[in-house]
Amino acid sequence: MDDASFREPIRAFIVDNFLLGSAAELEDNTELMEAGILDSTGVIELVAFLEATFGVSIGDEEIVSKNLNSVNYIASFIVQKSS
Amino acid sequence: MLLHDYLRGAAARVPEKAGVIVGGQAYNFRTIDEESDRLACEFQRLGVVRGDRVAAMLENSVELVIVLWGALKAGAVFIPISPGVKADKLGFLLTDSGAAAFVAHVSLRRRVDEALEQVSYPGATIWVGEDATGPRLSDILAQPHRAPADPGLIDQDLCLIIYTSGSTGSPKGVMLTHRNIYNNVWSISTYLKNQPDDVILCVLPLSFDYGLFQVLTGARVGFTVVIERSFAYPYDVLKRIGEHRVTGLPGVPTIFAKLLEFAPFEGLDLSSLRYFSNTAAPLPAAHILALRKLIPQATIFSMFGLTECTRVSYLDPSRLEAKITSVGRAMPNSETYIVDERGLRCGPREIGELVVRGTSVMRGYWRRPEETAKALREGDIPGEKVLFTGDLFWKDEDGDLYFVGRRDDVFKCRGEKVSPREVEACLFELDSVAEVAVVGVPHPTDGMAIKAHVVPREGHNISEDQLRKQCMRRLEPLLVPRFFELSTALPKTDSGKIIKTALRQKG
Repeated sequence: MDDASFREPIRAFIVDNFLLGSAAELEDNTELMEAGILDSTGVIELVAFLEATFGVSIGDEEIVSKNLNSVNYIASFIVQKSS
Repeated sequence: MLLHDYLRGAAARVPEKAGVIVGGQAYNFRTIDEESDRLACEFQRLGVVRGDRVAAMLENSVELVIVLWGALKAGAVFIPISPGVKADKLGFLLTDSGAAAFVAHVSLRRRVDEALEQVSYPGATIWVGEDATGPRLSDILAQPHRAPADPGLIDQDLCLIIYTSGSTGSPKGVMLTHRNIYNNVWSISTYLKNQPDDVILCVLPLSFDYGLFQVLTGARVGFTVVIERSFAYPYDVLKRIGEHRVTGLPGVPTIFAKLLEFAPFEGLDLSSLRYFSNTAAPLPAAHILALRKLIPQATIFSMFGLTECTRVSYLDPSRLEAKITSVGRAMPNSETYIVDERGLRCGPREIGELVVRGTSVMRGYWRRPEETAKALREGDIPGEKVLFTGDLFWKDEDGDLYFVGRRDDVFKCRGEKVSPREVEACLFELDSVAEVAVVGVPHPTDGMAIKAHVVPREGHNISEDQLRKQCMRRLEPLLVPRFFELSTALPKTDSGKIIKTALRQKG
């Protein structure tokens, strides 16, 4: 799988859980924290979703901005974790 | 003395020293002083005069720091608004405060427009962010430097109005004077023994007085504040401690719980830390002991505060082990005592309401004379007002304070006050909801987590997902309940009042 196929479920999760179904505000490179889409609780929910959906285990030291702060970052992070 | 004299003092003494560091970029005290002068001139050009209110809805950023000082220098009263606030509440805050000017980040444009459509807000709006249309902060700050006109303030004038949740559900503005805050900044930085070589890491929102005070004490003492947007990516934030040789970490229990999850701190350098300070909710004894063991060179200040007087008390770290659950004694230049229901002073170990006396005590709630009269009452000296906190406490034989609970059903989640009524009102907007009771239940990271007990209207189906989404749409993220429980009935007294204690015990 390439990272494009990871993006769709990630986008859907963010839109459904943090944007109440409105996809208009979300681009693949939107900075999730800066745009007010993610907060600290949201990050924990996102990590739980990624672990459950992609079967990866994410360590505390991996919960950092460069792995999680946009759909693109998350997708490449998951690709790297799954390979 | 005025609060912004602290900034002007730092800019005169140590102009080149970094006052704040945000996102790796340092801003020295001279820059902050001059930028806030420019903004103060613009506020005055827009017609802001002594006593007018200026609100800002911004994430933790250097811009927020500049707006704070700029508003004060223009003679205005600064009102911080959390960027998580939704349109309805924003509209309420702007109208209730009668703000004359408002500064917001352009990423909040949609929400701000929605709020302004609902209310008549006659003031000016200034935008932060390059892609803004309309007046931009960056253009104002590009103007040549000029000092603002002297607005003629004295220290009895208001400097801050901080909105806080009340038991009635609608937020109340706590009015604080220059004299209040000047005193509290001095008092807090004195007992923390802050020095110019301190470096404080602030992950708390500056829209919350505990966060804002890091910037204010920094200006008095001349230390550097490293400002982070949040603690959502804790590992990123904790790396700053080593990077900037951070000496002080102010936090709430949720933050320290997260910090401890990283033990034994591989890849992190925490050797520069001199102290932790905790307020908003008690730090569990197990966490105090773990911090002492793992980061032994850092002392821990257990403190208690409320917006109405900023800070009440702190426990001297030398007595921490002997009094691990205490929040200590009154901070310098204030006094505390505990009274029973008749207003008589309680003896040791008797539970009663905490009363605070001193220069720290607010002027009252903005345009709420009745609620002000309940909180501020005559003290022993004629004409003096003392603060009835609504918090239940007892004192031991040495005079050290122990928190018991609230007189009303307000509780604290992740360090911030939650008004159950505000959350209940939001759920009642759904036609399918017949009854709601919101309570706090103990939770390992939230302190108290928000739980909503909901009874659906007969013949209606309702899912937890619908309830959660309604709350997400209408409330700031902090107020969205962690737990929902659907039931067919709520426990009630014979007179029909919901028995919240039964729901709290149920968990």
